[in-house]
Amino acid sequence: MIPAPFSYVRADSVDHVLSLLVEHGDEAKVLAGGQSLLPILKMRLARPEVVVDISRLSELAYVRVEGDEVAIGAATRHREVVDSADLQRDVPLLPYVASLVGDRQVRHRGTFGGSLVHGDPAADLPAAVLALGATFVIQGPAGRREVPAPEFFQDYFQTAVGEDELLLEIRVPRVPGVGWAYEKFTRRANDWAIVAVAAVDNRVALANMSMTPMRAVAVEAALAGGASAAQAAQAAAEGTSPVTDMHADEEYRGHLARVLTERALVTAAGR
Amino acid sequence: MSIMGTRVVRVEDPRLLTTGAVYTEDLRDPRLTGALHLTFVRAPMAHARILSIQTADALAFPGVVAVLTAADLGMEPMPPAMPMFTQTMTTSLLATDTVRFVGDAVAVVVTETAYQGQDAADHVHVEYDHLPALIDLREAASDAVLLYPQAGTNTVFAMGPAELDPELFAGCEVVVTQEIVNQRVAAAPLEGRAAAATIEDGRLIMWVSTQAAQDAKGAICRWLGIEPETLRVITPDVGGGFGAKIGADPDHAVVGAVARHLGRPVRWTETRSENMVAMTHGRGQLNTVTIGGKRDGTVLAYRLEILQDAGAQPRIGAVLPALTTLMAPAVYAFPKVEVKARSVVTTTTPTAAYRGAGRPEATHAIERGLDLFAAEIGMDPGEVRRTNLLPAFTEPHTTATGAVYDTGDYAVALDKALAASDYPALRAEQERRRAAGEEKLLGIGLSVYVEITGQAPASEIADVELRPDGSARVLTGTSPHGQGHATAWAMLVSEETGVPMDRITVEHGDTDLIPVGGGTFGSRSLQQGGAAVRQATRELVELARQRAADLLEANPDDIVVDTARAGVHVAGSPDAGVSFAELAAKEPLQVHTTFTSPGPTFPFGAHVAVVEVDVRTGKARLERLIAVDDAGTILNPLLAEGQRHGGYAQGVAQALIEEVRYDPEGNPETSTLATYPFLGITDVPSFEPVDMATPTPYNTLGAKGVGEAGTIGATPAVHNAVIDAVAHLGVRHIDMPTTPMRVWSALRAAEAAS
Amino acid sequence: MQVTTTVNGEARTDEVEDRLLLVHYLRDVRGLRATNVGCDTTSCGACTVLLDGESVKSCTVLAVQADGREVSTVEGLAAADGTLHPVQAAFRQEHGLQCGFCTPGMVMACVSLLKDNPRPTEHEVRDGLEGNFCRCTGYHNIVRAVLVASGQDPK
Repeated sequence: MIPAPFSYVRADSVDHVLSLLVEHGDEAKVLAGGQSLLPILKMRLARPEVVVDISRLSELAYVRVEGDEVAIGAATRHREVVDSADLQRDVPLLPYVASLVGDRQVRHRGTFGGSLVHGDPAADLPAAVLALGATFVIQGPAGRREVPAPEFFQDYFQTAVGEDELLLEIRVPRVPGVGWAYEKFTRRANDWAIVAVAAVDNRVALANMSMTPMRAVAVEAALAGGASAAQAAQAAAEGTSPVTDMHADEEYRGHLARVLTERALVTAAGR
Repeated sequence: MSIMGTRVVRVEDPRLLTTGAVYTEDLRDPRLTGALHLTFVRAPMAHARILSIQTADALAFPGVVAVLTAADLGMEPMPPAMPMFTQTMTTSLLATDTVRFVGDAVAVVVTETAYQGQDAADHVHVEYDHLPALIDLREAASDAVLLYPQAGTNTVFAMGPAELDPELFAGCEVVVTQEIVNQRVAAAPLEGRAAAATIEDGRLIMWVSTQAAQDAKGAICRWLGIEPETLRVITPDVGGGFGAKIGADPDHAVVGAVARHLGRPVRWTETRSENMVAMTHGRGQLNTVTIGGKRDGTVLAYRLEILQDAGAQPRIGAVLPALTTLMAPAVYAFPKVEVKARSVVTTTTPTAAYRGAGRPEATHAIERGLDLFAAEIGMDPGEVRRTNLLPAFTEPHTTATGAVYDTGDYAVALDKALAASDYPALRAEQERRRAAGEEKLLGIGLSVYVEITGQAPASEIADVELRPDGSARVLTGTSPHGQGHATAWAMLVSEETGVPMDRITVEHGDTDLIPVGGGTFGSRSLQQGGAAVRQATRELVELARQRAADLLEANPDDIVVDTARAGVHVAGSPDAGVSFAELAAKEPLQVHTTFTSPGPTFPFGAHVAVVEVDVRTGKARLERLIAVDDAGTILNPLLAEGQRHGGYAQGVAQALIEEVRYDPEGNPETSTLATYPFLGITDVPSFEPVDMATPTPYNTLGAKGVGEAGTIGATPAVHNAVIDAVAHLGVRHIDMPTTPMRVWSALRAAEAAS
Repeated sequence: MQVTTTVNGEARTDEVEDRLLLVHYLRDVRGLRATNVGCDTTSCGACTVLLDGESVKSCTVLAVQADGREVSTVEGLAAADGTLHPVQAAFRQEHGLQCGFCTPGMVMACVSLLKDNPRPTEHEVRDGLEGNFCRCTGYHNIVRAVLVASGQDPK
């Protein structure tokens, strides 16, 4: 299948992107690696009039250590996240999770920011950045703003990035030596997660247990209260509202959340 | 040294690895210059009356040449081709008044480019009046909703006794019964369906991605109401078939109809999303298995009740229960076997052959059933099988359902598989993990199988010509799509003549060149097509000897083949010889022959699967597959093993992950490769094939078929292994595919019951 | 719009529709039809080519995105004298292909994998090829071919 017709514009700067977004509003879509957008266009689930390609904006592709944080440009490809020595040292969860996104070909094109802006609750990176407590830097006509991760993922496939805005950067705290784990449960290796759990120290985030990735607040509270991993994990499904689909019903997803949370906490504690 | 039985690498590969094959979509035949592109408009709902079709909007799109419906093309409902089917279930190539599955073809858009076709097809507006969907097989069998009201029934085809024998299980100490789903799966060859068509000198020329050009021609002629001499079908390279490309589909005939209607060349390549709903699916049986016997493991009676999902149109799938019935007695010496079968229509994609086609269902039913019986009497699954296996035989054995097995030694196959897997060690490791309370449990599953190959047609042609330039040309009625016929047939000719393999060309799949041919399906190619090539070659050599005798003024009996010179010489006088090329230069040296097998052959084997099941999540993973497959004498182990590997993977896929699913309204839930869990490379281990070769006397090669062994043996072995892993926790059965949620649900139910 | 690409070493400029997918550009504009389309959802990998040396699914890249880039397809892999690339040779030797439809993409995915990991384990081979489907081989001989191409004995 092939996309409906559109006009392609290759952006030469962030300002250029923003002016195009202001001009075309919801008729424009930002194209970075295209690994989420192009399948949607081909299935004609979206029919934008204008596609704005940001994949050549080198100013959006970087991994930089800045003080207590690592700053990752939104158009940084998964492959570069996987290979980043800075991230491997300071935020090892991210290279590991990025290595599970799609397949090699997808990781050669797909971008860190693109995956996050897509807002798929079953995706891997949203849960990871949520567990890490990332901050999102968003640029719009009114200027630049910073959004903490819990407020970034707003609804099913919907994030805090407005139609006339562009995600520039994701900032994650450096956590060298802190225990981490990512437990992804799939049907096949390169499928989307049926459920996944990211753990960083005692912070836990769940993928595909709600319309958005979410923190397992009850688990974290139980851990803070001195519960063991196994005990705390029992609370993993609290407050979740997972979908029922052909892979899993709500009850099974709740069960998986508990099992995977326990495993993630045990692994994180051992690292 | 003979090349027979050696690992000869394929002559096909250099081309496929460099410039790529030429599939139908790749054709740049001058006769297709300027070909228009055809895009189907398909029903988006499972069952509806068509109230109107508005084509005006679509016609206004750029590049649109025509938008055509059944009315435009003069298509009328026709009865099913098979006489045993309910003849009032009539269908037309494009829907006339009713659509019966999501994907049913309603209209075609003809455009200058493929991109334009999709744009315009979105704007053909069809007004539908919803009718109830019919997904559940038992509901379909109840005839509460009729898919073809004029038929008065949803039953397409039925066989077996009118009444079940009430005394069948008399005298049995133990009787177990279980409903077993053999789920619907997609063949999903990586190349979907495709066709191209043009008119040349008043004839319709069609290129079709098919497993059998001659069958395709017959079907298209029937659908279009044209005479055989007015149609030529040509088969380009074919990117996999697995049974779903036997002959032609109605959609292919539509391509021909449009070319005739417009008088212009047209081409069609379906998208994957189209393929998943509009190419026939496979399997789709609901089987009720009942086994009765003694506590010592002896089975006294076996009953199989088959309910086959035919899908929305009566196609090959509806008749497959006949093969399931034929193979129901399997490898066992059961005194009594009773099979009753029925095929019903539903509002789903029509079903047809898929690698094994009716035989995997038979093997699966009895192999799963025997494990249930073994569990009931507390006996090892291997022991139960051994207790009931037919003894080795070399004279034909006739079964309770009338199959005549040629040769078999099932106990040896089982023993080899158990030995190669170190079965006792596996059981010990299983016990250790259970005792230690480990989360990753081990499951061991067995299957012993016999299948029928080369069932129909029984004959195949071959035409071999030795040419003055020293080359050879082979025409075959078989139709390769990955099996390596060009290599195998060249081996056969080279072996007998000494013509080097790289001087031998093999041609197939052009109905002008090869009007009669059976195609490639049912694991028939080597044992019939290959046997025909050998027969033709030997007849050709005989002809050459006669001619050489005249030429060399010798007695024909004194002329011997001299493969070193690719010719013949007088016995004892190597210098007094002549090459085939020299003989061919004097007079064409060509033989056309037909080989007819005295009967189908019955390959057999035994598989052992080892799975690991995460007892907390329910996820099962295949760790090992040890497989004995006896397909008679092996011509080229490289090719035979390749066939086995591919079959294993598809068999494993059915046991563990693959399933075509519909929601209750008949909407497909697995209509892309993102949603259909096509088996991936990380889902399987490397396999462990074990050799065994019991020749058949039915052809001079001693060959039986090997193409479908893998799916037939692997599915029940893997399925049994998953259940075996959790059997000690009280789980008796889990339907396929054994997805994590199914396994977890079964574990939970068992826990609640205990 | 205009795209200038170097495909298998040959630079060219073509006028293309903005929405044209790279795979269709290669097949229909460049006439390189070894690369196939097997799905609509970036799942099967049949269309895998190298873009600036990295494997990508050419059904999920716009032709215009390849502007100024280098593309390599299986047609450009063998040496000028016809000698097969080690991956091609190993696929033949180990019978890593049957119908051939997945093969061009599979071979290019293997070339990319071995570039990053010249001596992969069996596990790494399978992991590295998770984005490529094959319906014929059960993957068994594909894995063997990659091991052989990397100079290892697959046993």
